[in-house]
Amino acid sequence: MATSTRIQTDVVLKVEDLRTYFRTRWGTVKAVDGISFDLRKGETLGIVGESGCGKSVTMLSLMRLIPIPPGRIVSGKIILDGEDIVQVSEKEMSKIRGSKIALIIQDPMTSLNPVFSIGDQVEEAIRIHQDIPKRQVMSRALDVLRKVNIPAAESRVKDYPHQMSGGMRQRVVGAIGISCEPQVLIADEPTTSLDVTIQAQYLKLLKDIQKDSDLSIIFITHDFGIVAKMCDRVAVMYAGRIVEHGSVRDIFNNPSHPYTEALLASVPKMDQVVERLFSIEGQPPPLHDLPVGCAFADRCPVVMDKCRMEYPTQATVSDGHTASCWRVGE
Amino acid sequence: MQKYLARRFVLAFITLLSVSLIIFIMSRVSGDPRHIYLDDYSTQEDWDRMGEVLGLDKPYYQQYGLFLKGAFRGDFGESVREARPVTEVVIERAPATLLLGGVAFVFSILIGVPLGILSAVKRGSWMDTLGKLVALIGQSAPPFWLGIMMIFLFAVKLGWVPPYGKQDWNSIILPAITLGWYYAAANLRLVRSAMLDVLDSEYIKLARAKGVSSRTVILKHAFRNALIPPLTFAGVTIGALVTGSLVVETVFAWPGLGRLAIEALFAFDYPLLQGVVITFTLLYVSAAFIVDVLYAYVDPRIRYA
Repeated sequence: MATSTRIQTDVVLKVEDLRTYFRTRWGTVKAVDGISFDLRKGETLGIVGESGCGKSVTMLSLMRLIPIPPGRIVSGKIILDGEDIVQVSEKEMSKIRGSKIALIIQDPMTSLNPVFSIGDQVEEAIRIHQDIPKRQVMSRALDVLRKVNIPAAESRVKDYPHQMSGGMRQRVVGAIGISCEPQVLIADEPTTSLDVTIQAQYLKLLKDIQKDSDLSIIFITHDFGIVAKMCDRVAVMYAGRIVEHGSVRDIFNNPSHPYTEALLASVPKMDQVVERLFSIEGQPPPLHDLPVGCAFADRCPVVMDKCRMEYPTQATVSDGHTASCWRVGE
Repeated sequence: MQKYLARRFVLAFITLLSVSLIIFIMSRVSGDPRHIYLDDYSTQEDWDRMGEVLGLDKPYYQQYGLFLKGAFRGDFGESVREARPVTEVVIERAPATLLLGGVAFVFSILIGVPLGILSAVKRGSWMDTLGKLVALIGQSAPPFWLGIMMIFLFAVKLGWVPPYGKQDWNSIILPAITLGWYYAAANLRLVRSAMLDVLDSEYIKLARAKGVSSRTVILKHAFRNALIPPLTFAGVTIGALVTGSLVVETVFAWPGLGRLAIEALFAFDYPLLQGVVITFTLLYVSAAFIVDVLYAYVDPRIRYA
C-alpha cells in the first residue's frame, strides 16, 4: 500500500485513453487511438515502434502542437502537474510549453532558426517564461549552454546555426529544451541524424542532466540500443496503440507481444553471423482503415481466429508489465 | 561583410562598364552621328570640324575612351531636339519617374506582403481567394490595358482622379497602381509560398514548443525567413519599376524618363536616348546594390559566407 501511494504522488505526467485523429479525404486517420501511460519523476520512458505507428503524433499531442485542422485530440486526458492540458486554452498552453513540458526534435540541421543567433534563440525561451531582467536572462542562457558542454559559450552565443556542426546544434536544441527547467522533456529521436560517437556523447549528456535535475524524459525512438541504454520503462506502439508496456528488463527478457518479439528479433547482433537480417513480413494496416480485431493479426506468426474478431484486452504479464495479446496467459 | 560588399560593388561597376560599351557600339553601328547633327546644306568643312569636336577622326578605342570620360563627368553630348545638354534634360525629367516608381514600389509592398502573409496563414479562407484574384489580375492583365480600363472607370466614369498628366497630388494614383500591380501580385505569390514553406519547418515547430505565441511565431520567426525570397526579388522590382515605366508613362502622359525615351526615339534624338538608357542602367544597378546590402542584413548566412 505504501509503495502505491508513493507512486501516485510521484507521477508527473498521466496520459489516459488519448485519441488523436486526423480527418483526411481517405477517411479518419486514427494516428493515436487510445493510449494510456504514466511518467514518474526522474524516470525515462521509451516509446518505440516503426515509422507511422503514432509515436510522433503522441509527442505532438502531449505538446498540444497537433495542426488543427486536420488533426484533433478527440478524447482522453493529459494530466501534467495535476492539470489536464487537453482542456486548457491555447494561451495558457503556450505558458506551459517550454516551461513545464519541453521538446527536443529530431533534425539539428533544420530545428534552429537560421536568421537568429544561438544566444537569441536560447534567451527567447527564458525570456518568455521568466520575468527577470535582461542581464540575468543572458547569464542564464550562458549557464544552460555550458551545461550542454558548448565550449567557449561566451563567444559562441553570437554565432548563427550555420556556423555550428550538427552535434553542436543538437546541444543547443537540448539547451533550449532544459532552459526553463521543465518537469517533462520529450526527446523525439534526438540522435538519429548524429554520427555514432556524437550520439553516445549526447545520450550521456542527457543522462547527466537528468540526474542533476530529476527530470522525467520521454524518449521516442526506434533504436533498441538506445532504449537499453537510456530507458527505465518502455511502451511499444503499433498502429496507434500501445501493445506492450513494461520495464526495460521485462521487455528485453520476456517480450510477450508477438510484435515486440519480432522487433527485438530484427535488431542485428554482433555475435551472430546470419545470411539475411530478420524482418517482419508485410506492412502495418493503413490508419484510416484499421481492422476490427488486432492490427498486427495479418503479420502475426501465431495468429488465431479470435484475433481477427476482437481487439485483445490488456493482459498483465507480471507486475507492471502488460501486453495486448490473446496469447498472454493462455 | 566588407568583403561581400566590396565584391558586390565591383560587380555593379563591371555591369555599368559593360552597358556603356554596348551603348557605345550600338551608337557607332547605327551610323555616323554627324548625320544627326548636320543637314544637307552643311559643307565638307562643317563635316570635318564636327568630326574633330566629337573625336570621330580618332580610332574607335580612343573614341570609347572619350565617351567614358564624358560619361564619368555626366556629359552625354547635346540633345538634337532640345538643343541643350542631355544631362540637363534627363535631370529635369528624372524626379517624376523616381516619384512614380517609388510610389508604385510602396504600393506593391503594401499590397503584396500583408496579403501574402494572410493568404498563407489563413490558407483556403476568403482572404486566400482574394489574394489569388489580385495575383491573377496583376500577372495576366497587360499594363496598357489595365491603365486604359482604370482611366475609363475612375477618371471618365467616376471622375475621382485626373485621367492623365501630372497635375494634382492625386494624379499619381492610377499610374502608380497600374505600374505596381504586377509586382504586388508577384510579391504576394512569393511571400505566400515562402511563408507556407517556412511555417512547415522544424524551427517553427521548435519555436512553438518553446512557448512562443502564434502571433510572434508568424511575425518574428516566420516572417524574417519568408522575407528572403521577396527581398531578392525587390532588387529586380525597384529597378524594373523605375525603368520599366515606358508603357505606363505613355498611357498616362506622365512627364518622366520613360516618356522621354519614347519621345527621343521618335525624334531620332540619339544622344538623348543614350543618356536615358545610361541613367536607367545606373538606377537599376544602384537599386540592386542597395538590395544586396539589405539582403545581407536579413540573412546571416550571406553576411558570414
